[in-house]
Amino acid sequence: MRTALSGLDLLRPRTLDEALRLLRDEGPLVPLAGCTDVYVGLNFGTLPATRFVDLWGLRELRGISLRDGGTLSFGALATHTDIVRSPEVNARLPMLVAAAREVGGVQIQNRGTLAGNVANASPAGDTLPVLAVAEAVVVLRSVDGERRVPFDGFYTGYRQTVMRPDELIVAIEVPPVEGAQWFRKVGTRAAQAISKVMMAAVKSDRPRVSLGSVGPTVVRLPLTEEALAGGATLEEAQRVLLDEIHPIDDVRSTAEYRRRVAANLLGQWWSDGA
Amino acid sequence: MHFKLNGAAVEVEAHPMKRLLDVLRQECGLTGTKEGCGEGECGACTVLVDGEPVCACLVPFAQVADAEVRTIEGLGGDHPLQRTFAEVGGAQCGICTPGMIMAALALGPNPTLEEVRVGLAGNLCRCTGYEAIYRAVLFAAGEEGGPA
Repeated sequence: MRTALSGLDLLRPRTLDEALRLLRDEGPLVPLAGCTDVYVGLNFGTLPATRFVDLWGLRELRGISLRDGGTLSFGALATHTDIVRSPEVNARLPMLVAAAREVGGVQIQNRGTLAGNVANASPAGDTLPVLAVAEAVVVLRSVDGERRVPFDGFYTGYRQTVMRPDELIVAIEVPPVEGAQWFRKVGTRAAQAISKVMMAAVKSDRPRVSLGSVGPTVVRLPLTEEALAGGATLEEAQRVLLDEIHPIDDVRSTAEYRRRVAANLLGQWWSDGA
Repeated sequence: MHFKLNGAAVEVEAHPMKRLLDVLRQECGLTGTKEGCGEGECGACTVLVDGEPVCACLVPFAQVADAEVRTIEGLGGDHPLQRTFAEVGGAQCGICTPGMIMAALALGPNPTLEEVRVGLAGNLCRCTGYEAIYRAVLFAAGEEGGPA
C-alpha cells in the first residue's frame, strides 16, 4: 500500500447516532463501508483523505426491506450480493439485480454497497442508471435530522453531490416500477471491467431511459423519453438521444464509440419484445 | 485484535487500516495469499471472510474483528481442489492459484460450469486460458471423467 499507515486514522462508532456525531464534531471524515473504492485510492497513494469513519459494523444500516405500498428500502450497507440474493429485489427490480451482478466479481459484490456506489458518484457506477429510471430517493441523515433527495437531484457535477460533509446516506428507497425493466452494460468484459456505456430503461406509457458513462454524471434522457412517449419512430428517438448526450474520449473509450453504442442500446431495448 | 484464522482463535496487533492482505503476509506469516493488482481487479489475494470470498487488498484489518478468515494455508495442501489444480494443469505460474482455489471453495459442492465461470469471474489468470482451471474445479467436485 503506497499510502503511509502512520498518517491514517480510523474512527469506529458503535451506533449510527455516534457516527453522525463524529461526522459533525470530528470532521472532515470519509465514511468507509465495503472499501472497494476507497482502498483502491489508498493502495495507489492517490487519496488525499487521511481520516475515516468505519460504518461496516453498524447493524442498523444492514438489510433490504419491502415497505407497505411496495417500496424497496436498501439499508446503506446492503451489498451487491445482498441485492442478487434478495427474492424481493429479484421480483420487483430485476434490472438492479442485472446491474449488481456485473459490478466487479463476487469478491467486490460481497463487500461493495449500493449506497457506496451512489456516494462514490462516478459516472460509470453500474447501478446508477437503474436508480435513475426507478426514480429512487436517497435518504440522508445528520445530527440535525433526515432529508430525502430525489435521485434526479442528487448529483450536481462530476463526482459532486448535494451531500454535506456531516451527512450519511442511511438508505436508498425505490418505489414500485410499472413496466418492463431493462439493463445492459457494455464494457471489455462482464466482470471487473469498468463500463464504457450502460443503459437502464423501463418500457411503459411513460418510457424512461438513463445512460451511464456518457457525461459527467449519470443522466436521464427526458427528450428521448418524450419522443418515444409521443410515438416517434426509433430512428427519430435515436436522433434525439444523440443530441441529448455529450460523452467524452477517455482511457476506456471514445466519445464517438459511446454515441454510437448509446444509440444502438436504445434500439436494442426498444426492439426487444419485453 | 481477536479473530479466527483457519479455524484457530488468534490475537494479532496491527494498524486498524492495514490491509488484511499485509496482516496475513507480515504479522501472521502466511504468504500463500498473493498480491496481484492491489485494486480488486485480479482476485489473486482472495480469502474467505465468514465464508464469503473477498479481496484481501481491499479489506481494512479492523473489519475482520471477531470474523472468521480462511486462507489457502487452511486447506492443508491435500485438499481435492489443490490436488486437481496440480493434476490437470489448473496452475501454471501459480500466482493466481491460491485466489482461484479460495474463490472455488466458496462455490460449495457440485457447482455447474456456469456457476464456476461466474464464481471465478473476479479472478484473472494470464497463463491457462481458464479451461484447465474450470476442469480442475469441476473434477474436484467429483465430476465424471476426473483424473482421480
